[in-house]
Amino acid sequence: MKLRGKVFKYGDNVDTDVIIPARYLNNPKPEALAQHCMEDIDKNFVKEVKKGDIIVAGKNFGSGSSREHAPLAIKAAGISCVIAESFARIFYRNAINIGLPILISKEASQNIENGAIVEIDLSTGLIIDLNANKEYKAEPYPEFLQEIIEAGGLIEKIKREVS
Amino acid sequence: MTIVEKILALHSNKSSLRPGELVNAKVDLILGNDVTAPVAIKEFRKIGISKVFDKDKVALVPDHFTPNKDIQSAENSLMMRNFAKEMEITNYFEVGRVGIEHCLLPEKGLVAPGEIIIGADSHTCTYGALNAFATGVGSTDIAAAMATGYLWFRVPETIKIIYTGKLREWVSGKDLILYTIGQIGVDGALYKSIEFMGDTIKNLSIDSRMTMANMAIEAGAKCGLFDYDEKTEEYLKNRVTRNYVPVTSDSDAVYEKILKFDVSNLEPQVAFPHLPENTRAVQEAKNIKIDQAVIGSCTNGRMEDLRIAAKLLKGHKVHPDVRCIIFPGTQEIYKNALKEGLIEIFIDAGAAVSTPTCGPCLGGHMGVLAKGERAVSTTNRNFVGRMGHPESEVYLVNPAVATASAIVGYIVHPEEVLK
Repeated sequence: MKLRGKVFKYGDNVDTDVIIPARYLNNPKPEALAQHCMEDIDKNFVKEVKKGDIIVAGKNFGSGSSREHAPLAIKAAGISCVIAESFARIFYRNAINIGLPILISKEASQNIENGAIVEIDLSTGLIIDLNANKEYKAEPYPEFLQEIIEAGGLIEKIKREVS
Repeated sequence: MTIVEKILALHSNKSSLRPGELVNAKVDLILGNDVTAPVAIKEFRKIGISKVFDKDKVALVPDHFTPNKDIQSAENSLMMRNFAKEMEITNYFEVGRVGIEHCLLPEKGLVAPGEIIIGADSHTCTYGALNAFATGVGSTDIAAAMATGYLWFRVPETIKIIYTGKLREWVSGKDLILYTIGQIGVDGALYKSIEFMGDTIKNLSIDSRMTMANMAIEAGAKCGLFDYDEKTEEYLKNRVTRNYVPVTSDSDAVYEKILKFDVSNLEPQVAFPHLPENTRAVQEAKNIKIDQAVIGSCTNGRMEDLRIAAKLLKGHKVHPDVRCIIFPGTQEIYKNALKEGLIEIFIDAGAAVSTPTCGPCLGGHMGVLAKGERAVSTTNRNFVGRMGHPESEVYLVNPAVATASAIVGYIVHPEEVLK
């Protein structure tokens, strides 16, 4: 699957409290969460983000709370993929489970600039920065996780297993 | 094998496991709360089965936005309550009988050594204090586990941390873990298991061990584990009646690294905003005036914590410019504090005492901060906006420092109040 979008760039340790502050967790509808995504660190995100856009961040993206509302908010805001140097482990699970594409690439994370237009081929993990005309390769998923991704998320996989 | 490797192997019918392997393991308990369970229930319904895999192995705890703070949170609690009834969930705890989940489940005997506990709450790792493999997962994860009784795990590498030396007065498990996070960083144990070992740990109370295991996630860890000993045995007595098998790491267990900390001169720690790794000795926190002091939470809402607060508050008053809010972790803790006369001391000192709730820890209710306000807190996170306005600040400390600071009005060493 090919993705293309504009980059919103953030630093290290973007935690789930800034991705979606707890004061909005009382309404878990993805579209309601999306209206407040990232607002405590980037007030313009919600105004500017367009379907297909991409988040590029540093180390430990999604640290903190286990709230699945965080990847749900990002996905519902229109983000097609998050690229980071590393992900906090619960966020990593949640993103895979709900079908938000995430890629690990230290080089892409360090070099891609805010506002760049980036193309991603999810089947190969190829990331192309069209502004800088540079290519990066993301780490492949373990086979087990690839099965969840291909099924369309954990629930779809379980559905097949129990039926 | 290390502790986590052994527990995962025992739950996935493997004779041995190595870090990096992916396993589908049987779980012994699944936890959800009023924020995460509603999302999980919605996902569970999509699977299309009518019952959870075992009604005794699901715990639903309305503790975050309860007693409900607004209509929407009441709707979420109602959804969880109805699900619990429909599924005949044994371990649903209603307001008035509920506590903060990670104080409550151990107290109710729902956690035993060698077990696997997953919770849609990042601080589920608390139960590592009781020699259980416990880890935070997402809502979809618990939906899948409620249906099947299994969940996928990557076997983590293990870091062993050995603490030596006798702790000074006013230094507790909270300071050990804050210091550790300061040393290794908020991603210092990312995806990994931590084993807390050494003579300092052997002498540490179960309450303090729970505080340490609770914050393993703040270093990115999957779990924070302790050995089973006579203190664990004593804690579990009269709580856990089923059989359990404690797990220790083998003498030839392979560790990714082994760290050693001599903590005999450790001072009470303060984690400055906005990361738990920004730790310094309390003496370095100079002229930091506070508006609020929060004592409680799944990190520090147990008897040991309340006794320390009472020891300092006895005969003192909360500073006129400070709101001091105390949250006993469970109804049992609240009642014991009442019996010991601690609640009376708190009220006489001018502190507010709340029914158990996560409340202000995550900026939910019961003590949310205004723009520019500053809190000293025994909770676990000091992220941007964690306790309220994005321009408010949280300083993480142990209960002694929080209480002393509430009396003086700015962050101080407890010996400034009780010499």
